[in-house]
Amino acid sequence: MKSPSANPPFPHRHLLAIEGLQPWEITFLLDEAETWVEAGRRTRKRDGRLEGLTQINAFFENSTRTLLSFEIAGKRLGADVVNLAAGSSSLKKGETLLDTALTLNAMRPDLIVIRHERSGAVALIAEKVDCPVLNAGDGRHEHPTQALLDALTIRRRKGRIEGLRVAICGDILHSRVARSNFHLLAALGAEVRAVAPPTLMPAHVERFGVSAFTDMDAGLEGADVIMMLRLQLERMDGAYVPSTREYFRTFGLTRERLKAARPDVLILHPGPMNRGVEIDSAVADDIQRSAITEQVEMGVAVRMACLDVLTRERRMQGSGQ
Amino acid sequence: MKPVLFRNARLIDPAVGTDVRGDLLVAERVIAAVGQGLAAPVEAEIIEADGKVLAPGLIDSAVFRTDVAAAVAGGITSVLLMPDQSPPLDDPALVERAERLGKPKLWVRPLAAATRGLNGRELAELSLMKDVGAVGVATGRAAIADAQVMLRLLRYAAGLGLVVVAHAECPSLTAGAVATEGDYATRLGLPSAPSAAEAIQIARDLRLAREAGAALHIACVSTAEGVSLVREAQAAGQDVTAATAPAYALLSETALAGYRSFAHLSPPLRDETDRAAVRAGLADGTIGMLASRHDPRTEEDKRQPFADAAPGAAGCATLLALGLSLFHDAVLPLPRLLAAMSANPARRFGLPGGTLALGAPADLLLFDPAAPWRIDAGTLPGLSGNTPFDGIPVAGRVLRLLKGGEPLNP
Repeated sequence: MKSPSANPPFPHRHLLAIEGLQPWEITFLLDEAETWVEAGRRTRKRDGRLEGLTQINAFFENSTRTLLSFEIAGKRLGADVVNLAAGSSSLKKGETLLDTALTLNAMRPDLIVIRHERSGAVALIAEKVDCPVLNAGDGRHEHPTQALLDALTIRRRKGRIEGLRVAICGDILHSRVARSNFHLLAALGAEVRAVAPPTLMPAHVERFGVSAFTDMDAGLEGADVIMMLRLQLERMDGAYVPSTREYFRTFGLTRERLKAARPDVLILHPGPMNRGVEIDSAVADDIQRSAITEQVEMGVAVRMACLDVLTRERRMQGSGQ
Repeated sequence: MKPVLFRNARLIDPAVGTDVRGDLLVAERVIAAVGQGLAAPVEAEIIEADGKVLAPGLIDSAVFRTDVAAAVAGGITSVLLMPDQSPPLDDPALVERAERLGKPKLWVRPLAAATRGLNGRELAELSLMKDVGAVGVATGRAAIADAQVMLRLLRYAAGLGLVVVAHAECPSLTAGAVATEGDYATRLGLPSAPSAAEAIQIARDLRLAREAGAALHIACVSTAEGVSLVREAQAAGQDVTAATAPAYALLSETALAGYRSFAHLSPPLRDETDRAAVRAGLADGTIGMLASRHDPRTEEDKRQPFADAAPGAAGCATLLALGLSLFHDAVLPLPRLLAAMSANPARRFGLPGGTLALGAPADLLLFDPAAPWRIDAGTLPGLSGNTPFDGIPVAGRVLRLLKGGEPLNP
């Protein structure tokens, strides 16, 4: 196991977004995560470096997978992990978000992981607490650990990120995963395409350094990586798309469509998947090309790296006292 | 009451566009004399103006709250109060009460709610409200979605000789939106609506007002296309006026960076092209009024995630200074800038004031257009300091304010 001081320090107190991170900082987090992949494959997975530290996972928006991933990551590092789930939070009783933040802070956690349905809410809480904050998804804004785990998956399978053609497809308008990936992949030199029906494509997406496609086949042309996004079924109500049937026909990822991409194309999906809506089961389960379950594994490693890196300064101060 | 003599002032009468050195005498609550070397009556208080600007007290053509302290600090002696009160101003008794709320320091001119409870469906008792002092009728914070209701409102108001003050954002396009569609909204992941939502509403309301032969006032123009539509209608001879707020001439969507909820406004901040067009609209007179749209919000209302934070900004206390920045930027000469904040709303809504004419009410503002200060949200006078201009250096300080001949500040 490496020593905590062997790498350059990560010069940010929180991890709130990919936007604003330097390419070397992203690479540093990926390198750190890489070591945890191996550790996670041993039978005994526990590393005690966060022993005695309290990690609160405050999820104001429902989540199963991400919450579980952060909980496992914290526990493998030895932290005392406490989960605050949306249904039981006092936000539903009218307490303001900042009062909730102050309450959490008074519990003297060493790290807070937050998910919230509103863009910018995690940064707002981060201003009010004394410990590092990790954004586990805020509204449509960012989901930095998802982009990191996607990048780690791509890098392990493809050996690089620079120069790859990555097509991000689906409901980009409402997707924090897409936004974080735009920033990360652009920072590391990939050629990024945004593929979506015009109703689900955000304005000025090209300012992210991304090229926009409203035709799925054209967007997938020559792709090294295809990242599918989940289509929330309530989008039918807002007149974004007419039906899941039509969406699958025009934007669903099928074997037929994959022919436009490179033969060794890698397929990612942040989950949970709507089989038969944005992705065909045969494609999702294609073990040669689909890395969807591998993403979940990388998720734990990336989160362990982030938890470790963000608490290093605090731990060094703690051991000095 | 003691007479007051202002000596050696720069007298700007925005009602006629004059800008001359001279003295001004106030007696019996009105402007009693204007000229050179006026003799001071016995017992008169003499104010040495020292070449500073003496103009009519400002008339703020749109506020959402009656905030006397903020208005007095900002050199404002009259406000047009939007009907979005709780409860909304949809009843004569409520209009009467609203009118009294500013006394004795501030003239409150209520705008009647166009529809009951501002529900957008049934007309409110406009004639009864006019009788007790409503100076116009307004749709409030939102446009009336139903074109049939809007047409009938315009026809009915035209029959009463009331100007209809219309909010110009298409309600279905802007439902749920908190920002203008564009680079910033995309980056921040905020629900947004295209800026065309304004033009679409203005185009509809202009056409309906023409159909009804009604006088229309667009409460806040914030986009290039909106300015063009108003300009064209005015050129075609339609009875339409428009206002904007300093934020739309001075800020753009870049102010949203970091999710600053003080920059969450309604209508939302636009892009640089729109900002330039609003300035051009003020410069050529298409937009004839500059209003504060004063909307003080508590810490609890604003310290929220951007989309949950209440829209609106405190504006009365900064209206003069921010307006003056348009003068300092050479967008508008001083008499025309002051007209946008006094004579023009007075003329449009038939209000007393807004002029230095003999016999006019002595609502007077003496100010130094060059005195520098820095806007501080924490110490802004009034109910709350939620301003997107926090920390911005400005020039222009109120020295004296008289309402009906009574001095309001030390």
